[in-house]
Amino acid sequence: MPEPVDGNSLAGPFSELFSADLTTATARCLGCGDVSELARATVYPDPTGYVVRCGRCDDVLMVIIEEPDSIRLELRGMSWLKVPR
Amino acid sequence: MATRGSSSAIGDPLVISERETRDAPPHRIGLWHVGVVVSTHTETPTGRSIVLDVPGWGGNLAGQHADVRLTASDGYQAVRSYSIASAGDSDRVELAVDRFPTGEVSPYLVDDLLPGDELELRGPLGGWFVWKPTQTESVQLIGGGSGIVPLVAMIRSHTDSASTAPFRLLYSVRTSDDAFFRSELERPTPHLDVTWLYTRRVPHGWPRPAARISLADLAASAFASSLSPAVFVCGPTGFVETVATDLVALGHDPQRVKTERFGGA
Repeated sequence: MPEPVDGNSLAGPFSELFSADLTTATARCLGCGDVSELARATVYPDPTGYVVRCGRCDDVLMVIIEEPDSIRLELRGMSWLKVPR
Repeated sequence: MATRGSSSAIGDPLVISERETRDAPPHRIGLWHVGVVVSTHTETPTGRSIVLDVPGWGGNLAGQHADVRLTASDGYQAVRSYSIASAGDSDRVELAVDRFPTGEVSPYLVDDLLPGDELELRGPLGGWFVWKPTQTESVQLIGGGSGIVPLVAMIRSHTDSASTAPFRLLYSVRTSDDAFFRSELERPTPHLDVTWLYTRRVPHGWPRPAARISLADLAASAFASSLSPAVFVCGPTGFVETVATDLVALGHDPQRVKTERFGGA
């Protein structure tokens, strides 16, 4: 398994989807309640996309799956996402 | 977004000016630019810096990164992120890249890319691991190997803006040959203090034996937590995790410590 990197490395993939810089958005972890910038999350890249885990409790916050014609976002582990504008 | 902006412009110019001067970093939606290599410079036995002209880039903040995309003749594409060593308003972008022998992108960038070649870039990216000249607090930079790249951008931005914010850099490298931007970092710079740490071989007569960065190094050479410095740590995953843990043990607020780990791609 590749070594994890920080959430700020997701700025490029996010830039295909959102006009705001999502790495500076804060998310609340459904598992432990931690509120942090996505830039602080732990990201595990794999050949199909990225698994994004809470920097505090390591629960899965979101999964990004890159397919040839689409990008699937599974926002399974966060109760909210606050995006600066 | 456009609707909100234009209606504000008609109704209330003050609102528009507030929106324009807010501190948002440059962020261009999903756009790939084609850059042309202006020059390359060998920095270490495994790494080099690459200067590109990227029409439409529009400048970047210190600490931001770019995605580089390579396309093979069969259409296969590989994308990797690289820190930007330059900062400012220009369309000229400097990257510095270390070769990962098993990587899909870095061997090409370090060994094959020539002046005049084209390269696809996306960015500037990331508004979190950045330093802005409007910041006045003390800044502690801690880099390992090619993790120096975004920190060099911050040092250049600090110099270019004649900032008087106190800067300190701890730079950990295997040997003196493995340092990126060595001559630039050895040049005396106002309000910047540089501490070199060697992990494999030290220069002749160097007082500190070769060793990985430790809590004692941070206690001896980094700004104390009582000064509440902004701290930027960049390097390999293990380096960053060790340093971040030690910083918190020394009393630094985790919210003041920003990290950028690069995996082995």
